[in-house]
Amino acid sequence: MNITNNNNQNADLSPTIEARSISKTYRGVALDVHALSGVSLSLFEGEMVVLLGPSGSGKSTLLNILGGLDQPTSGQVLFRGQELTSFDDHALTMYRRDHVGFVFQFYNLVASLTAHENVSLVTEISQNPMSADEALSLVGLAERMDHFPAELSGGEQQRVAIARAIAKRPNILMCDEPTGALDSKTGIRVLEAIENTNINLGTTTAIITHNATVADMADRVIILADGKISEVRSNPARKKPSELSW
Amino acid sequence: MRDLARMWAQALAIAMVVGAGVGMYVMSEGMLRSLTETRDAYYERYAFGDVFANLKRAPEGVIGQIKSIPGVRTAESRISKMATLDMPGLLEPAQKRIISYPQSGHPSINRLHLVSGNWFSPNRTEDVLVAEAFANAHNLHPGGSINALINGKKRKFKIAGIVLSPEFIYTLPPGAMFPDDKRFAIMWMSRPSLSAIFNMEGVFNDAVVKIDPGAQVNDVISKIDAVLDPYGGIGAVGRDRQISDWFLKGEMDQLKTMGRIGPPIFFAVAIYLLNTVISRWIELERGEIGLLKAFGYSSFQVAAHYIKFVMAITTLGVIIGCGAGTWMGLGLASLYGEFFHFPFLFFSFDFSVYIIAAGLSYLAAFLGTISAVRRAARLSPAQAMVPQPPTVYRRGKSESLIKGALGPTRMIVRHILRWPLRSVLTSFGIGFGVCVMVSVLFFQDAMDYMIDTQFTVIERQDASVTFIDVKSVDILENIKSLPGVMAAEPFRYVPVILKFKSNERRMSIKATAPGGRLNRVLDEKMNTATLPKEGIVLSKKLSEMLDVGLGDIITAEIQEGEKPTLNLAVVMVTETLIDSAAYMDIRSINRALKESNNISGAYVKMDKKYEPEFYSALKNIPSVAQVAVKETMIQAFRDTMEKNLNIMIFFNTIFASVIAVGVVYNAARISLSERARELASLRVLGFTRGEASYILLGELAVLMAVALPIGSLLGYGLAWIWASSLDTDLYRMPLIVSSATFAKAILVVITAGVATAIVTHRQIINLDLIEALKTRE
Repeated sequence: MNITNNNNQNADLSPTIEARSISKTYRGVALDVHALSGVSLSLFEGEMVVLLGPSGSGKSTLLNILGGLDQPTSGQVLFRGQELTSFDDHALTMYRRDHVGFVFQFYNLVASLTAHENVSLVTEISQNPMSADEALSLVGLAERMDHFPAELSGGEQQRVAIARAIAKRPNILMCDEPTGALDSKTGIRVLEAIENTNINLGTTTAIITHNATVADMADRVIILADGKISEVRSNPARKKPSELSW
Repeated sequence: MRDLARMWAQALAIAMVVGAGVGMYVMSEGMLRSLTETRDAYYERYAFGDVFANLKRAPEGVIGQIKSIPGVRTAESRISKMATLDMPGLLEPAQKRIISYPQSGHPSINRLHLVSGNWFSPNRTEDVLVAEAFANAHNLHPGGSINALINGKKRKFKIAGIVLSPEFIYTLPPGAMFPDDKRFAIMWMSRPSLSAIFNMEGVFNDAVVKIDPGAQVNDVISKIDAVLDPYGGIGAVGRDRQISDWFLKGEMDQLKTMGRIGPPIFFAVAIYLLNTVISRWIELERGEIGLLKAFGYSSFQVAAHYIKFVMAITTLGVIIGCGAGTWMGLGLASLYGEFFHFPFLFFSFDFSVYIIAAGLSYLAAFLGTISAVRRAARLSPAQAMVPQPPTVYRRGKSESLIKGALGPTRMIVRHILRWPLRSVLTSFGIGFGVCVMVSVLFFQDAMDYMIDTQFTVIERQDASVTFIDVKSVDILENIKSLPGVMAAEPFRYVPVILKFKSNERRMSIKATAPGGRLNRVLDEKMNTATLPKEGIVLSKKLSEMLDVGLGDIITAEIQEGEKPTLNLAVVMVTETLIDSAAYMDIRSINRALKESNNISGAYVKMDKKYEPEFYSALKNIPSVAQVAVKETMIQAFRDTMEKNLNIMIFFNTIFASVIAVGVVYNAARISLSERARELASLRVLGFTRGEASYILLGELAVLMAVALPIGSLLGYGLAWIWASSLDTDLYRMPLIVSSATFAKAILVVITAGVATAIVTHRQIINLDLIEALKTRE
């Protein structure tokens, strides 16, 4: 079954990024670990996709490859028709710089820079960024922008991370367990910030989570198990983050 | 062991710093002990004298009077004369000091050591024994012959043997500052032969004395002076004024200073490095420490883990240092062998030196790691397993510094200021590298300055000719008429005891012609000055030693002729770097001595073209005792000093690089370990490798930039210590550090830093992004 083509809902949209039969094998001492085996999928313009799956199912590996942090062992990745898999390190860096926004479970803010400066790190190097103030306003943190990470709560830090990821107006926003370290109330605020970006900026958004509840806010849910896509389903209607609870 | 393998480069860098400290200590302290033991054994075995007296001429019986002075154990009379030699392959005449030695058997003082050949043969009056240094310089062997000009007569001597004397471990030609083995010889001749040549049967002009243990040298000296006074004694001196012993002791003092200053610098750097590395390492392993403790490992077992690691590094450093120190010591011993003529000189493998060096290293290791290891041992399991909260940063006063700067630059500045002590210590650490370089290159600057001042500003003659006795000034015309001579000016040396209050100095007054252009005096600001017509001019060092100032009246007891005592006003104080002379107008001293114009010698300026003719003419003038050629003096100096210095510079370049590499590399590794996640995050955000590297290397660059002036200042300070420790009455090391020296020192450290930066840059390039992001701070 060709999962990608089977998705009629998106047939009229063009894919932002497309994976064709990608596999990733980590060579081990005793045995090789197949993190991904022949995965194909497309993410479309403005789409919000949630990747669900247990630990070790290969979802982080997939996200890293789509985000240009890693290369597959075999298969192709196309970004707007350009083959990422043929990029060298510098080209991948430029791809990340100009097109991809990342949000991680542990925020990964620079401790020595304030919220505003963390966002500015990105706006200083990208081609068509919004201002750091604007990005922080979008995540509701305009008034906390002069605080250092150590002076912010976990949720606030994660929202700074989102502001940093979206300030470059990325084509794709990759979120790896963005609520993993947060309580549900804070997590929902963070998801709202991600949803705002998706709706207002039309950014293609991929969220990795093992929290099945989060799947309800997506257009499409892709479930991974053992390095393969086991199920793809489309939500008839996206729920608002505020309607979620876990 | 696994940890060592993982952190090998950092461990090696620290071990090298420890090794440099150990090496320097082993070399300087080992050499010091070797020299001390060798000297003491040599002096003991060959009965080196305690007091040395020079006089005009005394009947042999006078030596009995000296022997009967309380405190004198024994005394020997000798004949000691200067003469010129005509050496093949040498344009100018060479000088020799020729000393009498018993025809058979050995004296009770200053016995010779026969290196090769034989002692005097009975019935052969022309036999001489030649000091090894001169023999080596001219490739002379027993059985060969030498031509000398003695008392106006050419004589041919036969070399019976090659010898060494405890009296001439270090040999300086009279009035010179540097050894010149090619142009200055020491020879011994049998007493009967020598007294026949100089018409000194039954008389002597030199005495050496050995005193009883516990006897007061100064008491003995003044009694000897009283005995020899009627016979033209110019004042006996103890070992402290005996040139060879003085230089040897000076060298040993320098070694002592080197051993006291150098190693502590390296150990201080090692303490700092160990402290930062172990602290950071324990920080990274908090979780593991907690786990081990939760499993029931005791605090001691946890501490032991880190202590073993530190011990391994230190032991490696000690091994490297002992090996390198011994190797450098052997090298230094052979270098010393060229300047100091011992029958034997071995680098002593004194076990205690190695033990002390190792002890100092382990002490440094202990001081460096105790606080961090204690912290590790004290961590409670629960506390240890909770990850450290993110580092707290605040805006400080320094914010204005980075106003308008881009993020990465802000990261650099804030990180540096977040740990100000660590940053300052890192800069000091790197600075020590510059310091070590500056303090050794300084010697070259000081030497260059000394040569320039002495030989182009003060002494402008090409050669100075000294006569055997004082001559009438008329002889100057003869000198002027020699081939190639363009100008000649007279000088007069008068042995004297200068006294002021309770201070006294034995020396010679150097009197020159008024308005002389070939040999000048400098005022305290190093400008040339005119010699006043009356009164005495003292060098600054001499004025300090006598504690006199301008206008004071000092007593000058002339030690020749009628031995008048003069009261002279100090009319000027001059700056000299070599010697600590007293100057007078030649007419003024002749007047005081009630002599008409007598001179001791002449300064000569000449046309280089006629050099061979000039020297060969000199070789035929019987009254010439000595010719000192400026160029050969400078050459001799350069030959000896530069070889010595280049070796020192070579080693210190290695030392400075070791420090710079060690400190920079460890700072980089610690910074990298602290910031791996941040750097990986930046790479994810789309920063290129270069941009990510900038944050780390930029920080190192800032610390290095701060280190360079700190190091230059420290280096200047160390140069000052050297200069003060080398402020002697024979010469003074001026505190001159050229900008080229600073530049070279900085260049060495920057090169080491950049090489280290390249290695670190590669590690940033190879940073595993995904791995770095997974871990939680």
